[in-house]
Amino acid sequence: MIDFAILSLLIFLPLVGVAFILLIRGDENRVARNSRYVALYTTIFTFILSIYMLIKFDGTSAEFQFVEKHDWLPSLGIQYHVGVDGISLFFVILATLLTPICILASWNSIKMRVKEYMIAFLVLETFMIGTFCALDAVLFYVFFEGVLIPMFIIIGVWGGPRRIYSAFKLFLYTLLGSVLMLVALLALYLEVGSSDIPTLMASPVAQNMQIWLWLAFFASFAVKMPMWPVHTWLPDAHVEAPTAGSVILAGVLLKMGGYGFLRFSLPMFPEATEFFAPMVMWLSVIAIIYTSLVALVQEDMKKLIAYSSVAHMGFVTLGIFSATTQGVEGGIFQMLSHGIISAALFLCVGVVYDRLHTREISRYGGLVKNMPKYATVFMILMLGSVGLPGTSGFVGEFLTLMGAFQVDTVVAVFATTGVVLGAAYMLVLYRRVVFGTQKNDDAAAMKDMNKLEYSYLIPLVLLVLWLGIAPSYVMDKVAPSVEKLIGQYESGLKAKPEGTDLATAKQIKIGNAE
Amino acid sequence: MEIVAVFAPLVGFLLAFLFGKNMGDKGAQFVTCSGIIVAAICSCILFIEVLFGGADHAGDPRTITLMTWFNSGTLAVDWALRIDQLSIIMMCVVTIVSSCVHVYSVGYMSHDKNKARFMSYLSLFSFAMLMLVTSDNLIQLFFGWEGVGVASYLLIGFWNHKDSANAASIKAFLVNRVGDFGLALGIFATFFLFGTVQLDELFAAAPDATERMMNFFGFEFHALTVVCLLLFMGAMGKSAQLGLHTWLPDAMEGPTPVSALIHAATMVTAGVFLVARLSPMFEYAPMALMVVTVVGGLTAFVAATIGMTQFDIKRVIAYSTMSQLGYMFFALGVSAYGAAIFHLATHAFFKALLFLGAGSVIHAMSDEQDMRKMGGIWKKIPTTYTLMWIGSLALAGVPFFSGYYSKDMILEAAYADHSWFGELAFWLGIAAAVMTAFYSARLLFMTFHGKTRADKETFDHAHESPPIMLVPLMILAAGAIFAGYFGYEMFVGHHQIWGETLKVLPANDTVTAAHHVPLWVKKLPIVMGVVGLFMGWLFYNKFVSAPEKAVKIFKPIHKLFFNKWFFDELYHKLFIVPSLWFGKVFFKSDKHIVDGLGPDGFAKASYGFGGLLSRFQSGYVFQYAFIMMLGLIGLISWFFIKMDLGVEPVTDAVVETTKKVGE
Repeated sequence: MIDFAILSLLIFLPLVGVAFILLIRGDENRVARNSRYVALYTTIFTFILSIYMLIKFDGTSAEFQFVEKHDWLPSLGIQYHVGVDGISLFFVILATLLTPICILASWNSIKMRVKEYMIAFLVLETFMIGTFCALDAVLFYVFFEGVLIPMFIIIGVWGGPRRIYSAFKLFLYTLLGSVLMLVALLALYLEVGSSDIPTLMASPVAQNMQIWLWLAFFASFAVKMPMWPVHTWLPDAHVEAPTAGSVILAGVLLKMGGYGFLRFSLPMFPEATEFFAPMVMWLSVIAIIYTSLVALVQEDMKKLIAYSSVAHMGFVTLGIFSATTQGVEGGIFQMLSHGIISAALFLCVGVVYDRLHTREISRYGGLVKNMPKYATVFMILMLGSVGLPGTSGFVGEFLTLMGAFQVDTVVAVFATTGVVLGAAYMLVLYRRVVFGTQKNDDAAAMKDMNKLEYSYLIPLVLLVLWLGIAPSYVMDKVAPSVEKLIGQYESGLKAKPEGTDLATAKQIKIGNAE
Repeated sequence: MEIVAVFAPLVGFLLAFLFGKNMGDKGAQFVTCSGIIVAAICSCILFIEVLFGGADHAGDPRTITLMTWFNSGTLAVDWALRIDQLSIIMMCVVTIVSSCVHVYSVGYMSHDKNKARFMSYLSLFSFAMLMLVTSDNLIQLFFGWEGVGVASYLLIGFWNHKDSANAASIKAFLVNRVGDFGLALGIFATFFLFGTVQLDELFAAAPDATERMMNFFGFEFHALTVVCLLLFMGAMGKSAQLGLHTWLPDAMEGPTPVSALIHAATMVTAGVFLVARLSPMFEYAPMALMVVTVVGGLTAFVAATIGMTQFDIKRVIAYSTMSQLGYMFFALGVSAYGAAIFHLATHAFFKALLFLGAGSVIHAMSDEQDMRKMGGIWKKIPTTYTLMWIGSLALAGVPFFSGYYSKDMILEAAYADHSWFGELAFWLGIAAAVMTAFYSARLLFMTFHGKTRADKETFDHAHESPPIMLVPLMILAAGAIFAGYFGYEMFVGHHQIWGETLKVLPANDTVTAAHHVPLWVKKLPIVMGVVGLFMGWLFYNKFVSAPEKAVKIFKPIHKLFFNKWFFDELYHKLFIVPSLWFGKVFFKSDKHIVDGLGPDGFAKASYGFGGLLSRFQSGYVFQYAFIMMLGLIGLISWFFIKMDLGVEPVTDAVVETTKKVGE
């Protein structure tokens, strides 16, 4: 164990960086340069610290570790309570890994308001880490929603031409979900009398209440995920966001929904989860097929990858709501893997975008000739996205489908078509951008990746391969917590009192439908 | 030793791929070639050890566990090498053919700019294939399976400036993925049924599962049949069986050594290997075996009909490959697993020989592949000519060449099965045998004999290939001649080496029964082969105008054959066009329906609502006061209602209201 408050340090270290940046004075160039360096050093140090935490983490235990508990609003019993278990651990690492990469990716491409940009990213990192560490529902809510503010600013200020529309769309969608979640949190708080997450997990609520609370949480998490049909904010947000914004959005923000399902929906509302699981699984299937087909006809590289993200997240929800060991572990792994692969793919788009300032697929072509190294990196990531065994993409996809198959073969069959469609759009994208004849002179004149771009893409590529060949390093640490989660879920189902079971809930549902 | 045999090609790949620039073309060729040759030597040593090692090699067959891949609940997957009779034979075939192809490529690709990349991909492929055949669980097998798929994708699209090559590589990957879709589902079903993906455990559990049913897609089915059919779908994709075969002819866009290695000798036989490997499961699923037989028989027939009409020399051989794979599959279907693997091995030699020979011809003819523009070149390239004859005779099943032994065995086994589908496969196989001999002769006569149809410059320039290309051909030719004679006893004779590896239920033992079929069954294939060759000679050497007349007479049938039974057109209309259409429609509906009802509609509505609200801000105090009064009354009434309802305020109230609304 670690005898200092490592999680608080992780959460608030970026804010210390912010303080330093605020202190920087001087002419514009100097401020820009110094804030870049401060942001980079801060995030790298945070990353190293998180690795230290990873090493110290006891992978055999399912309990929350590095727990800190302080009174926050004592009159209401709300605490500052943080801790990590196998489920949240790697999301924290993912956040601390991707933030420095984002800073590097913005090194030359962001020239306006650099200081504010770096501050936004550091604040974002605080909120992200906080979300995954929070063990108090109110604290979680604060971090979870707080993420939205810097993201909104990053897209709205440093985004593309339609940034205002996209930023508002993002805000509206997520806010709508969050309001419902806030109401549900309050209701839960009133019901149980505590906002402490472990306490909430241990205190079952009545069946019909579960249904409503589940729906309210679902509204928020489904938007964040995003699940079909509340996914349309994502392509727009990605297209308009600066490269680093897309990286964080795809890499970390989309994982918050899935994390929420695992932290709240499954353990706290098991009966409601069981009741709604078929619906969620079908929504996932629709997402996989629908968005894959949409991705197939995209002309915009970022939009294509954005749609593919929705499809990949479909596998995640499919796995989580299969509520089997393979499904849940696969879902978690798929989130981590997608966090790396899609982030890296957006970085790849960024590499060529910085040179040609267009995302249109048809403006490229034949890049393999003038950018062979780029072509190789892109190829490995593309294959990872396709879910090739030996890359990290395979393990998650395969396990989620395996989990789904045990619950419902029809769902599994339809979802598995995603592996064909997923290959289709990625291969076509790759062919059009990298292979073929060089039709565009300016694209043909582009230079291969520089050292800076190498420095952030190569680690990600190596991670993709490492997690594909030896995923057990991660999975063995995740397993005890998942086992515990499924135990909670199943005992919650067994404990349900007679008479108050799903019959009433079905009536409500039917009532709604009429 | 085992580890070296499998990983030497990987080392070759990594060195050549990462440092190809630094070590130069020569260096890359050296490391890749030596990697695969080392693997081949190790495989041969292991071959002797496993098959003839006797009692002092206790523990054969053996499994070497390298490391854990992943564990999830009860699912445990290791990286492991399983060396037994079946895998060692596959390893030998793969590494020997691959070594020949590696060396040959040094000569064949001498004019290409990206030699290092090409050689490294070949090694990558060999590694993936070795992982496939040595896996001890279904998921590692899937790794190898997809790995060879990717290598194939990379190599078909090797000339990536060509649109046709890119299209072909994507097609190959996607059609294979359709097969893999089945394979993946098969693995899920296996795990669902048995709770394991470990081969040994599966084989032990299979006999007890014959009575089990499982729900699949909403219906109750015989569980093992479902599992086997799903797995077979994967085999169909990889082995280009009818329905999922359309990628194979297009794959000829790749450089010729690739076609020889991947699309003739090794990768496409992975499906055959899969079924043979899983024979302890397939044996208990007679329905699945029936499907395998029928699909195999039809493939053998249909592919042969197409092969007779094509003009591209590589495509003819490609369809011939498909047809021969059909033979292997119906052999599997009638439980003659040994015969199928036997044919797999002999076929690997003579088909690789034919492809590399064709490559030598193409090389000589300045990259011309159309047989209509060849002819009369046998004197210019006599060695290639002789080698092509050897390959063709082996393919046609002429006595004492290797194809004769294995193909006859398959046909006899099919006959000996005494089932309707065995019979069907037998006659389809006989028909295909005639056609095989016919198109082999057609290929030889059109390419080498008669008056040349090539332009003068090409013809004059035609030259024999360098020794670095011819020596591998000779090794393969030796295999094509002798593999059948020497392999017969081992694979299907009286001293079979299979042990427990291939499981055949006593009632299904067609290989033994095949030794006792009527004489006419034994002789018919030979007669048919000779007849086919003779017809080919008549049509394409003696009476050169005959083919045209024949085409005129059988116009509709020829059209069907020439256009490959219109599979491509059908699939285009059936899958590709609708997918794109749906994609566009969904994309539009995202814009108009989802967004229209969602955020955009919401925004519009809020504007409207805002306008409405702004009217309230009239500035008149009395109106404000009135609204405040209303609000206050509302709040107070809500408070009282809440008090009435008692303890559980929020949710129950909501439930009640919705119920009411519902009613």
